[in-house]
Amino acid sequence: MAYQILLNVLLACCWMFLIDTYSGTSFFIGYVLGILCLLIMRRFFSERLYLMKAWAIVKLLIIFIKEVIIANISVLKTILSPKSNYKPGIFAFRTELRNEWEITVLSSMITLTPGTLVIDISDDRSILYIHAMDIDDAEKAIHDIRVSFELGIMEVSR
Amino acid sequence: MIVAAKILIAYLIIQGALLCLIAAVGTLRLPDVYTRMHASSKGATLGVASVLLGVFFYYWFINGVFSGKVLLGIVFIFLTVPVGSHLLGRAAYSVGVKLDKRSVQDDYKGHRNFVIKHKDDSYL
Repeated sequence: MAYQILLNVLLACCWMFLIDTYSGTSFFIGYVLGILCLLIMRRFFSERLYLMKAWAIVKLLIIFIKEVIIANISVLKTILSPKSNYKPGIFAFRTELRNEWEITVLSSMITLTPGTLVIDISDDRSILYIHAMDIDDAEKAIHDIRVSFELGIMEVSR
Repeated sequence: MIVAAKILIAYLIIQGALLCLIAAVGTLRLPDVYTRMHASSKGATLGVASVLLGVFFYYWFINGVFSGKVLLGIVFIFLTVPVGSHLLGRAAYSVGVKLDKRSVQDDYKGHRNFVIKHKDDSYL
């Protein structure tokens, strides 16, 4: 991915030298033309085009912000409801992710999403121990959300 | 335009302050360390982030200053609060703080046996 970005910047610099104007605008035009060149030449790269990866990151960020807002609303409901009928608990979650940075991103996302808090990660990095605010109705729904996070992170790292 | 910006700024700052207040109430009302951590980590994150966003918009729309420091502050809060609350929860568990009486499940207790026993489950 870094290699493709570097190539794109280099193509933009080439464009600036070709048209002999050194400004942000000409750099931008060169960058767009460079993207077109990479698009044409993409079958020579071993990875996929880096724009796809950037788009996956943007999608993950949008999901993340949405989940943070939902999390705050649900915690707010729990705190302000007069009767406390929730059942807290710790459950284990098996993750498919292997890289350390992927697990870090996943666990901080889990911590900031509705009613869950990562307590520990097992030594072989395959199980996350998660404290849930309400284990009854949350577990299945949370699992679905978690799968969407996990798939999003896989989409980025693929 | 300025009026709309002022309404947005006031909304963001009041929302942030209310979220922080509710997080503080949550740390008083909830029963044990872990559930309190839920309230403090989530409420404080979005609360402080929206106050900072309001400050950023104030400097941008009213004073015309694009203050990058405030945006960096938001990013750093979102990066560090989950890690901090994770470490606090883990430290509390390993010191031996009990879960609340209402807790129904504790998979982390004796987790090494658990790992061996349920190796093939997809999720639990």
